[in-house]
Amino acid sequence: MSRPLLILERLQKAYGALRVTDGVDLAVAAGETHAVIGPNGAGKTTLINQVSGAALPDAGRILFDGRDITSLPMPARAALGLARSFQITQILPRFSALENVALAVQARCGSSFRFWRPAAGESALNAPAMQALATVGLGRRAQMPAGALSHGEKRRLELAIALAQAPKLLLLDEPMAGVGAEETRGLIETLKGLKRRHTLVLVEHDMQAVFALADRISVLVEGRIIATGSPGAVRANPEVRAAYLGKAA
Amino acid sequence: MPPRLRAVLDAVARGLCALTFDQRMAAGLFAAIALLPLLAPLLGGGYVLHIGGRAMILALAAISLELLIGVGGMVSFGHAAFLGIGAYGAGIAASHGLGTLAVALPAALAASAVFALLTGAIAVRTRGVYFIMITLAFGQMGFFVATSLAPYGGDDGLGWPGRTLMLGTHALKNETVFFYATVGAAAAAYVLTSRLAASRFGRVLRGLTGSETRLQAIGFAPYPFRLAAYVIAGTMCGAAGFLLGNHAEFVSPAYMHWQRSGELIVIVLLGGTGTMYGPVLGAVVYVLLEEVLSGFTEHWKAILGPILVLVVLFAKGGMAGGIEQAVAAWRRRRPGPRELVEALATLARRRAAGRSAAAVARWEQAGEAARRQRDLVWPIVKRALGRARVRVAAWRGDLGVMTEEGLARLFQQRRSLTLALGRQLDGLLSLLKGTVAEAQARWHPWKMAFGRRLVSLVLLAERNIADAAQRWKRR
Repeated sequence: MSRPLLILERLQKAYGALRVTDGVDLAVAAGETHAVIGPNGAGKTTLINQVSGAALPDAGRILFDGRDITSLPMPARAALGLARSFQITQILPRFSALENVALAVQARCGSSFRFWRPAAGESALNAPAMQALATVGLGRRAQMPAGALSHGEKRRLELAIALAQAPKLLLLDEPMAGVGAEETRGLIETLKGLKRRHTLVLVEHDMQAVFALADRISVLVEGRIIATGSPGAVRANPEVRAAYLGKAA
Repeated sequence: MPPRLRAVLDAVARGLCALTFDQRMAAGLFAAIALLPLLAPLLGGGYVLHIGGRAMILALAAISLELLIGVGGMVSFGHAAFLGIGAYGAGIAASHGLGTLAVALPAALAASAVFALLTGAIAVRTRGVYFIMITLAFGQMGFFVATSLAPYGGDDGLGWPGRTLMLGTHALKNETVFFYATVGAAAAAYVLTSRLAASRFGRVLRGLTGSETRLQAIGFAPYPFRLAAYVIAGTMCGAAGFLLGNHAEFVSPAYMHWQRSGELIVIVLLGGTGTMYGPVLGAVVYVLLEEVLSGFTEHWKAILGPILVLVVLFAKGGMAGGIEQAVAAWRRRRPGPRELVEALATLARRRAAGRSAAAVARWEQAGEAARRQRDLVWPIVKRALGRARVRVAAWRGDLGVMTEEGLARLFQQRRSLTLALGRQLDGLLSLLKGTVAEAQARWHPWKMAFGRRLVSLVLLAERNIADAAQRWKRR
């Protein structure tokens, strides 16, 4: 396996007395798709937040691409090539789908302190944005106001925005949240197309998606990683079955 | 029509077609206002120009505030501070014998920019109510500093030795020249601010009002953008202050009072935030109301208040919002295929002199083809709907309640129906696009605009159908 792109070392985070992240060690190799699963309240989103910079850990280190990013703010991490999607959709509802994505391209492509030329006409921004939209299957909805898209389309738009950042690592926080069964199958296909070309960290409840996509799975329970391994190994792990899949399973 | 005149008219028409709605409204407004000097003799002479100039100065200030409120989502309650600082900057320079455009205007702008940078550095770190309170505090700070400026009049204000010298002349003393200077300044601010809102910078600023988290996640730190916007808006308002001081040849602390800041917010809200011509409209109407109502009673604000409440209640987005709603209602009665076809047919029927026979024939063809499309679509729709209705009735009759299976079959049927309709629309759309391209080749601006609208109508209809299909699928 190639060298790890993301390393978490003894990461700790507590909200009051509640230890949400309790000494998490994790290494994500470049090119792999690593899923983090766990029951509700296991601290998955908090973990993602610490990696993306939305929350700061109490202790421990985060190394990304060989750099210590533990105390960097979110925009600086994004500039290093760390993109994320949100469990609760964070899009700009009054912008068109295209503009949402073009803004992400703009962040990595030239200065944004340009005051005169209309940004909507810049093909240097629009072309990569259209490509990202096409990748997630939203090519025909590019001109729609993002707020008018269906829920499934908004989830896809989240993905397109993250892709447009041309990230080294893509953090996906429950990309299938609230999406219907048919749409989920479509999204899994889209994500399969992204595998290999991108390094993915996937937090997901949908087991169908996790087992279809992940190269390795880490199981988070009460802020601790109790198992890491291939999907088969994790599925067979008795501890995981007891804690997560239910005692009956 | 002589060919040269026609060329000019066509250029104007083409130019108007290229403008956005906002820009068209602004162009109309500014053009109308620029005609005021022609009407002045009828309306009581120089006084009208004086009022007009005041309206334009307030418009300039309101545009700069709109940059903060509408584009940047920052409601500043201390914006009048910049009016005062601009006026004091130029006035103080003038009182030292430096009342020339080359010194007084830069002094006004620089003073505003520095104040904006210093106060903004703290203020833009806050959001919402905190931003309102902190800008209010800074504004009042400016007010009290101005009252204590004993060498420059203190409480009583500072009388200017005269209007700013322009290129060594007293040109600004002429009311008409000064009036046009204010119109030019407001129009320039409009152009500048709308370009800015559409630029890369403006896009980030607008994005920040949508979701700050999202912007941070894609790599934008909000602070420098907010601060830059605050400094730009403050400097622009400083220019308004410079003009306001010139207008009265006087400046007093009252220019900076929080009530002034409130008035500016009122102008922006009255005109309609979220648009760029709204603040201009708001300033004109505000000054008109002020003039007319204060003629009735000195308690004119007691009348203005209820008017404001009514505007806010009934026109979402101020007067500009009201206009937009009216235009939208007029334009967008729900577009069914039937209406589309009728519109096309009417268009084809309108033969006007000077248009090539080929173009007319093309339009007629389009209308004819569209009618055929309708004839094709409508019976299918009707038949299928009729069948569906009969079936539903039958199922109802049979079962009393609809079974799961019955529902599924019904939806299946509806879905294939909407899909068929969608295909028909696809055909219609490509037809229309061809027609628009044709019109484009022959550059008939109004035809192009109309054609584009038709295309957008078809797209809308298509979307409705796609949505409907989606809904059926989901059941």
